[in-house]
Amino acid sequence: MKKKVLSALLCTAMVATLAAGCGSSGGDSKDGEAAKSDDSGKKTYAIVTKAAGNPYNEKEAEGFQEVIEAEGGECIVKHPEAATADAQVSVIQSLISQGVDSIAIAANDENALQAALEEAMDAGIKVSCLDSKVNADSRMTFVNQAGTKEIGQALMDAVLDITGGEGQWAILSATSQAANQNAWIEAMKEVMTDEKYSKLELVEVAYGDDEPQKSTDQTLALLQKYPDLKLICAPTTVGINAAAKVLQDEGSDVKLTGLGLPSEMAEYIGDDDAHSCPYMYLWNPIDVGRLGAYTSIALVNGDITGAEGETFTAGDMGEYTITDAGDGGTEIILGPPFKFEPSNIDEWKDVY
Amino acid sequence: MKENKSILKKITGSREASLLIVLIILCIAITAKSPSFMTFKSITDMLKNNVVIMIMALGMLGVLLVGGIDISVASVLGFTGMIVGMLMKYEVVTSTPLLFVIAVAIGLVCGCVTGLVIAYGKVLPIIATMGFMYIYRGLAYVISNSEWASAENLGTFKDFALGKVLGLNNVIWVMIIIYVIFFIVMKWTKIGRKVYAVGSNREAAAISGISTKRIDVLVYTVMGTLSGLCGALAVSIYASAQPNMLYAKEMDVIAACVIGGVSMQGGRGSVVGAFLGSLILAIIAKALPLVGIESIAQNTVKGIIIMAVIILNVLAQRAMDRSNLKGREM
Repeated sequence: MKKKVLSALLCTAMVATLAAGCGSSGGDSKDGEAAKSDDSGKKTYAIVTKAAGNPYNEKEAEGFQEVIEAEGGECIVKHPEAATADAQVSVIQSLISQGVDSIAIAANDENALQAALEEAMDAGIKVSCLDSKVNADSRMTFVNQAGTKEIGQALMDAVLDITGGEGQWAILSATSQAANQNAWIEAMKEVMTDEKYSKLELVEVAYGDDEPQKSTDQTLALLQKYPDLKLICAPTTVGINAAAKVLQDEGSDVKLTGLGLPSEMAEYIGDDDAHSCPYMYLWNPIDVGRLGAYTSIALVNGDITGAEGETFTAGDMGEYTITDAGDGGTEIILGPPFKFEPSNIDEWKDVY
Repeated sequence: MKENKSILKKITGSREASLLIVLIILCIAITAKSPSFMTFKSITDMLKNNVVIMIMALGMLGVLLVGGIDISVASVLGFTGMIVGMLMKYEVVTSTPLLFVIAVAIGLVCGCVTGLVIAYGKVLPIIATMGFMYIYRGLAYVISNSEWASAENLGTFKDFALGKVLGLNNVIWVMIIIYVIFFIVMKWTKIGRKVYAVGSNREAAAISGISTKRIDVLVYTVMGTLSGLCGALAVSIYASAQPNMLYAKEMDVIAACVIGGVSMQGGRGSVVGAFLGSLILAIIAKALPLVGIESIAQNTVKGIIIMAVIILNVLAQRAMDRSNLKGREM
């Protein structure tokens, strides 16, 4: 009898923890319900990030929300519970039934969201994407954080500058299928064909799968395989962090650059030999969100339709022109990537 | 009788011996292609980068021995790691030893809850731990509140994984100490023998007066405790706490045990096996980029090597079983 009671109690306790766990990890933002109010006449603008629990996404949504609210709109922020296309599809469905005016999405998959987003556009919702795009048929336009070419150019110039113009260097990427990574690497190789970079030798492109453990293995392997290596370029936030830690702990002469989060990299950025990364690049996610918001507003107001050549004013950010994205659709490029160096890292590390 | 015993001894010895042979062949093959592999620094780097999997493999050994499985271990690690990261970031607790104690205590509670649900709630281990896998990972996200703790926030805590005693990194010492403790407990103590007894024949163990439920709770609690410890270790080693830390690495932990000859049905497996298994896994991960296998093909090659090692191991086991039977007939 005692045992039965005990096991019953335990079962209830388990169910209770389960329920509590699900409830709190659901991740939908608090203002999801409140924003249903169509009666106020306010337009509602939704942003769908990649997943909950990522400071980068959080900052993007923050910038978006700030602009929408300043312009007098209603903002809905949705974080899917997992970084998958499935999770985003169900979020999009619920936004369609809520009858929002626009959806801006940072896509987890380029093609898998097409059906859901086309349904949204059929329902009269203005669909744009930011940060990570969907295919041309699923969007009206795309807010690109930095042009592929600009990133390739900036990174190659960093490689040239830090190596002193010659020597061996390697790339540490995320996964071998990551579309943006591969596009940037291609762009770098394109830039490298110029005479100026002829003394640089790209010895390997290694893949750390955005896992600290694997990235560490790959970095150590690069150091062991190429004793004359001068620089590693990691255009991924997890990879650059793992590589920075390895290089700095080893006291290695090999330097590092790439794309990284200032808060994660603050410890490693510096001009002297004690720091592994002289400088690196990234865009400002808050600005990505803000430009996304202005784009959504312009789409909803009918100022733009997402066609090439249209221009609009993004508040204090200035004038933007919609350009051809090269994939059959259009895009709006935020600008060149932002440089994080010893002089400004302290100011940025607290931002994101 | 005496002869029988010596045969038994040979069997338990040679099962690990087959792994050791694989290990040596692997090392020779890698060194031939990349001579720098067999240096002290290269090996300690590898151990340091795999300490977490190696320690958790011990907990998994206990769980698999009683015929269970725990797929929530990486989530417990993420949960405790995130707690440590956040405590440090907001300077609530900054003492390294205290942070370790906190991580271990939380891991212990997590594991104990899992064990109680499995043993007394009579939920299948894979189902229960699947639930907890989501719960603990979810809690890691809740704790993180969309923030990460980075190298700069982790101040002195990350120095633990840089410090050395007698030329060996602290985290490697932690692993060695835990392995020694487990080796002694599993081989020479009552508790160790009880775990094996429950795993090889639950009914018989119950009849002989062993509280099988208590043993179940114990192994999951130990598993959780080690996962908690590893959460703190991982944060210190990688100088970063993110809610998705070591996501899906429970499979590597289970793979390490399976490679090491731990039976998924329970009752069979050893500390040495878990050690060799996780070491083989670590060597494969370390060697693949070194010997110049195309990045895209690395996972496939990893899988093939794992399969080859396991098949070899199973064949060796069968041959041993057969010779064992022969011995009895005589």
